[in-house]
Amino acid sequence: MSGLRRAGAAIVGAAESDLGHVAEGLNSIDLMAQGIARALEDCGLALGDVDGLLCATTQSRTSGLSLCEYLGISPAFIDSTILGGSSFMFHVAHALAAIELGLCQVAVIAYGSTQRSVGRRQASVREINPFETPFRPFLPSTAYALAASRHMHEFGTTREQLAAVAVAARQWALLNPAAWEKKPLSIAEVLAARMVSYPFTVRDICLVTDGGGAIVLTAPERAKSLKKPPIYVLGCGQAITHANISSMPDLTRTGALASGQAAYRMAGLGPRDIDVVELYDAFTINTILFLEDLGFCPKGEGGRFVEGGRIAPNGELPVNTNGGGLSYCHPGMYGLFLLIEAVRQVRGEAGARQVPGAATAIAHGNGGVLSSQSTIILGNAATV
Amino acid sequence: MADLSQSPLAIYQAHLDKGELAYQWSPSAGKAVFYPRLLCPHTGSTHLEWRRSAGLGTVYATTVTHPPQGDPYNVALVDCDEGFRLMSRVEGIAPEAVRIGMRVRFRVHRPGGEAPAYPVFVPLEAAP
Repeated sequence: MSGLRRAGAAIVGAAESDLGHVAEGLNSIDLMAQGIARALEDCGLALGDVDGLLCATTQSRTSGLSLCEYLGISPAFIDSTILGGSSFMFHVAHALAAIELGLCQVAVIAYGSTQRSVGRRQASVREINPFETPFRPFLPSTAYALAASRHMHEFGTTREQLAAVAVAARQWALLNPAAWEKKPLSIAEVLAARMVSYPFTVRDICLVTDGGGAIVLTAPERAKSLKKPPIYVLGCGQAITHANISSMPDLTRTGALASGQAAYRMAGLGPRDIDVVELYDAFTINTILFLEDLGFCPKGEGGRFVEGGRIAPNGELPVNTNGGGLSYCHPGMYGLFLLIEAVRQVRGEAGARQVPGAATAIAHGNGGVLSSQSTIILGNAATV
Repeated sequence: MADLSQSPLAIYQAHLDKGELAYQWSPSAGKAVFYPRLLCPHTGSTHLEWRRSAGLGTVYATTVTHPPQGDPYNVALVDCDEGFRLMSRVEGIAPEAVRIGMRVRFRVHRPGGEAPAYPVFVPLEAAP
């Protein structure tokens, strides 16, 4: 993003809250606080060091207020920008700017959702749109299904290729002890699962879980003295193309094209330089669209690209190494979890799913119905 | 400037009540605008004209949504010939028989009761 300095800040702490189906009575702010406590422990900073707070959730109208009250802090910098699941990538860019300008020294980005415990309808307000609601789109699934129909029509993408995305995610999830899904999945099982909105069965669609987490950012000088090696923010990019699917200009070309280009430009890197790829996989078509739009394969080739285990463990390109929103966790807005996994991979602490020698990672967030796109590129000390 | 007496939505709805599909035209952009609004998203101009669509279009994207209860139904995006796109459904054929590229014709659907009328489409060949 123009105006932001490459490696102007580093992520020094990262942690999930409890995931899956959390203890009864916990709320979204509890999970943010739990994530913050764990992320601060991860880097060795204390709550008293935090003077920047960024958060978003659909379960609290003024989550910034609720979280400040809960933590007992009055931060110098606060931001609760909410643009869907990619909000946390936007927060990274905002935190980078705030740290560079001296608005704060230590910024925490937090998320929490109890979507599984309270039910999807309770977790977010249903909005009435007189130009869409009469047609009973089951949102967001119907919107992404329309994009998939277009991709299949233009490029010959098949349901089997979509299913290959879900199968690869499941294979990665089986290497992640924190993942919700614990059993193998085959292409045939994806195709035979309950149809939700053609071409998607329930296995083409992300999980509904509880979960939260936090990451901690600070300036590079301070980052070097903390517990874990700093993971530098090398690139940020963002793009908003629409809010509702009926206003998306081209259903096979997302804002990731622009957000990716901006992030690559700031990082001075290209797709070939990226070791680990974390993409917002709310639906199987997302992974295919973002692989194309972020330059990992040509436009229209995404379906063929994901065949044959290319993005699965031991494949050519490690994609969604935690098991993704499809098989690891997806508590309403998933963006923060992509950043947490990218940090762990570049630190080299991802255990059985570690990509050997990973020095760079891309964490790409998506919000709404392919509406907001934000790309973050991270790197270790060797990349700075 | 005087306050508005009618919202863009109300004008659109009044056309539908008469069986017409209305859209806006932005002279400054030379483009159609849909959904109806107060400002042209291409130029920022507040001068938008109302036009009546001929009601002919092409299916741009289509899906069959399966509700937890009840029959599966079509949801489609239709590109009208005047250059605007809207969400709708194609009726009169099986929902899975709707194809991208299919030529369709508008007709008004009146759900009855308090629910406002809305535009649906039928395949051009089957239209009366």
